[in-house]
This record gives sequence, structure tokens and C-alpha cells, in this order.
Amino acid sequence: MSHPVIEVTAVTKRFGETLAVDAVDFAVPRGVTGALLGGNGAGKTTTLSMLLGLLLPTAGHIRIFGEDMLRHRYRVLPRMNFSSPYVDLPHRLTVRQNLTVYGRLYGLAHLGARIESLARDLQIAEFLDRQTGKLSAGQKTRVALAKALINEPELLLLDEPTASLDPDTGDWVRGYLETYQRRSGATILLASHNMNEVERLCSDVMMMRKGRIVDRGSPRQLIERYGRDTLEQVFLDIARAGERFDPREAAQ
Amino acid sequence: MSAAPDALASRAGFSPGRLGAMVLRYLYLLRSSWPRALELLYWPAIQVVLWGFTSQFLMTNSSYVARAGGVLLAAVMLWDVMFRGQLGVSISFLEELWSRNLGHLFVSPLRPYEWVLSLLTMSLVRVMIGMVPAALLAIPLYHYSIFTLGLPLLAFFVLLLVMGWGLGLVIGALLLRHGLGAESLAWLAVFLLAPASAVYYPVSVLPLWLQYVAWTLPSAHVFEGMRAVMFESRFPLDHFLAAVALDGLYLVVGTGIFLIAFRQARERGALLQMGE
Repeated sequence: MSHPVIEVTAVTKRFGETLAVDAVDFAVPRGVTGALLGGNGAGKTTTLSMLLGLLLPTAGHIRIFGEDMLRHRYRVLPRMNFSSPYVDLPHRLTVRQNLTVYGRLYGLAHLGARIESLARDLQIAEFLDRQTGKLSAGQKTRVALAKALINEPELLLLDEPTASLDPDTGDWVRGYLETYQRRSGATILLASHNMNEVERLCSDVMMMRKGRIVDRGSPRQLIERYGRDTLEQVFLDIARAGERFDPREAAQ
Repeated sequence: MSAAPDALASRAGFSPGRLGAMVLRYLYLLRSSWPRALELLYWPAIQVVLWGFTSQFLMTNSSYVARAGGVLLAAVMLWDVMFRGQLGVSISFLEELWSRNLGHLFVSPLRPYEWVLSLLTMSLVRVMIGMVPAALLAIPLYHYSIFTLGLPLLAFFVLLLVMGWGLGLVIGALLLRHGLGAESLAWLAVFLLAPASAVYYPVSVLPLWLQYVAWTLPSAHVFEGMRAVMFESRFPLDHFLAAVALDGLYLVVGTGIFLIAFRQARERGALLQMGE
């Protein structure tokens, strides 16, 4: 039986006295698009950062593609990638220069053809030779996506992939991610506040609150469990619940 | 067409391709910004002009300088090798903080030591861009060529550059720890070492306690060596070996402190948060 792509066991992260992630366990099978959903400070970005190896857990184990991320992250990193609106690409480099640098960091063969192919798919060809810092937010998001897909990752981690985008561009990005996932069979895990995005893209939603995964299921299962009409209402039920949150109680 | 990672590069621990990618990244940046390129040329040239006139004056008023014309110019240029060497590491490092790019870099297969090697490579490139024109400028302006030092010049150059690298890595560690709040260290820190480095005068001029400090600096051995070459036409092997040993120590300690700071940054989550 093949390993899940992501296996997280009892992962905890403390920043001094602050418990950011509290003994979280979850697994994401191959080919699934999953979401970490929760309010600000729920632990979504911290969890993603630990999956990427940018942040070391205080306790617990993370395995990606069956490899221990603490010991063997360099075996895994060539097979995954990441995008976030909060991490920039160098502004003074052109889009093509940025993609060239990252393509070479991933040791890609036929890099020029790969960049041209991505440029066509993501509709960035017309500004490939423009400085990245001079692009609009929507253009930057497409470029960031090009960087995240440069190595055709089997695992794609996305932090708020459509944050600060207009609805049209956001819809386009979601459509592209659906196409990429279908075509490549990649596993995608995203952290998001955007309920429409999660309902559309994700078959597996982990609801986070105060560093813990408090509920999990498909968007439809969660909506039915809480007796609500939308995922946003479920989100609000969980976010506004008292200190002693019990998902079974909340679902009643 | 395949965009799969090159199998050989993936298996090997060290990848010259990734090192090349990082050097290319910094060269792109350098080419894209004329103020950055101008800054490389500006200070060495200004220093050479300023100290060149001072040197000319002292040559007619000081037997010390008169004994070996160009001693001040040589000292200025060699001091700048160390300063530029350190600054070359620090500026390339700061470029990543300014562009908030560390998060992307370290989810790629780039190893921290490959990044360090790319910083050192770019430091050498920046020093050569700054120093070669300055050294050539001194020839028509002051009829002094530092190249007359011969092979010892190569030794002095390498020893000072490596000391600059060691300092640059320690400053990089402080930047990882304190963020851009420590940015000014990149420009100021090295000048703290100037008095004890005895750039323009012999170490024996210093108070005794400071002489002990001076002998822990590779730079003091280099400048004593430079004066021995220029005044006595001999290459002092003892100073050379001391500088080599100290440089090795500085580089190992600098790299160690940098890698420890890098790990601590991963514990604090600083790689994602650092920026302008």
C-alpha cells in the first residue's frame, strides 16, 4: 500500500509561551486537494511552514512522500513547491530571470522550453521580460504560480492562493489549479480564508482553531453535519464557538 | 520535453548547477540596477583619489612614506579588499531580505552551504569590479602600481578577502537573528577593526593591550607583511602563516555561526517573515 503524500503525527509548535500548533495529526492521500481552513492565528500558515521545512516543529513527526522531513528534506523538496502572496520574488529581476533562477535551482532540463510552456499556460508571455516588481497583483500571482509549477511538483502547498485578487482573476487561478491537478494528479494542500475557493477546489477540509484540527470532512459533509447552507456558516460556527469547543456539540 | 529534475543533480549532495543558479541570480540583480553597479565603483575610486593626494603630500614630508612610495595607496587598496569582501557577502545577503525571497529559496533544493558559497562567489566578483579599476586608476594618477608587489599581492588579496568573508558571515548571522534592524552593521562593523588592523602604521605604534588584539586579526599580519615587502623587500613567512591560520579559524567560526543562526531562524519561522 502506498504512503499518503503527507503524514503529520502529533506535531506541535511553540513560540515561547504561545502554542501555535497543538499536537496535530493528519494525512493527505495522493491526488487529493485538501484545505486547512481557519481564522487568523488558527495555525494554518504555521502548519504549512512546517510541512515545507521552513519552520522546525517543537515536537512530532512529518513525513512527505514517506520521507522524514526533518532528516531528509532534500530528497523531498525537488518534488514539491510552494506559493504565497506573502513571500515575494525579487522585484528587480524580470519574470524570465526569476523563472530561470528557480528552474536552475530545481535542476530542470530544457528550462527554456519549460518557461515558454508555463508562459503560454499561465498567460504571462507578454510580460516575461518585464521586471517582476512592476507587475499588477494579478500578474504577480500568475508569476508566483509559474514559479510554484516550474518543477511540475507532485505536491503543491499554497498559502491563500487568491488573496487580494479580484474575483475574475481569483476565478481564473482556481480554474487553472483544477486543470493542473486533473492533468498531473498532483496533491494540493492549501491554507485559505476563502470559503468559495475551498468549496470549489477541495474534497478534504480540515477546520483549524487555536492550533488544533477541530473537525474534518468534505465541504458537503461539514455543511450537513452542522446543519448549515454554506461552508462559510460552518466556519463562523467554529470561529465563534466558546473556549470549550466541541464539534459534536456545535454540530447539534 | 521533460522538465523532471536532472537525475544526477538530484542524487549528488552538492550541485554546481544550483551554485551557478544563485550566482546568476545576483548577476541579474547587479545588471538591472545602475546605482548598485555605480556603488561598487564609487567608493574605491573616491578612496584612491583622497588617499592618493594624502600619500603624495606625505611622501615629501615624512621619511616613513618616502622610504616606500605608494605605501599608503597600497594600504588603502588592500583595506578595501577586506571591506568589499565583507560587504559583498552582506549585500548579497541583504538583497534576499529586501526582496523577501528567503521563503522561496529554502523550499527549493538549495542547501544553506550552497547559498553561502554563492555569497562568497559574488563577494569575489564585487571586489574585482571595484578594485581592479581603482588599482588601474592609481597608475596614471600617482605613478604607483600595486601590481609591483608581485606574488605577495596575491597572498595579501586572498588573506584579506577571506577575512572579509568570515566577518560577512557573522554579520549575516546577526541579520538572520535581528532582521533588517541590524542592516547598518553591514557597513559599519568592519571599521571597528581598522585601528587594530594597523593599516597605515606598524602594530608597534599601538598600546600594548591593543597589540595583543591586533595579532588575533589576519589583517594586522597582512599589513605588517605588506610593509615588510615594501620597505625591506622580504616576504615575512611568519606573518603569512599566522594570517593563513587565523583566516581558517575566522572562516570556520563565521560559517558555523551563520549555520547556527540559520537553524535558529528555522526554529523561529524567520525565513518566511524577513523582509523590507
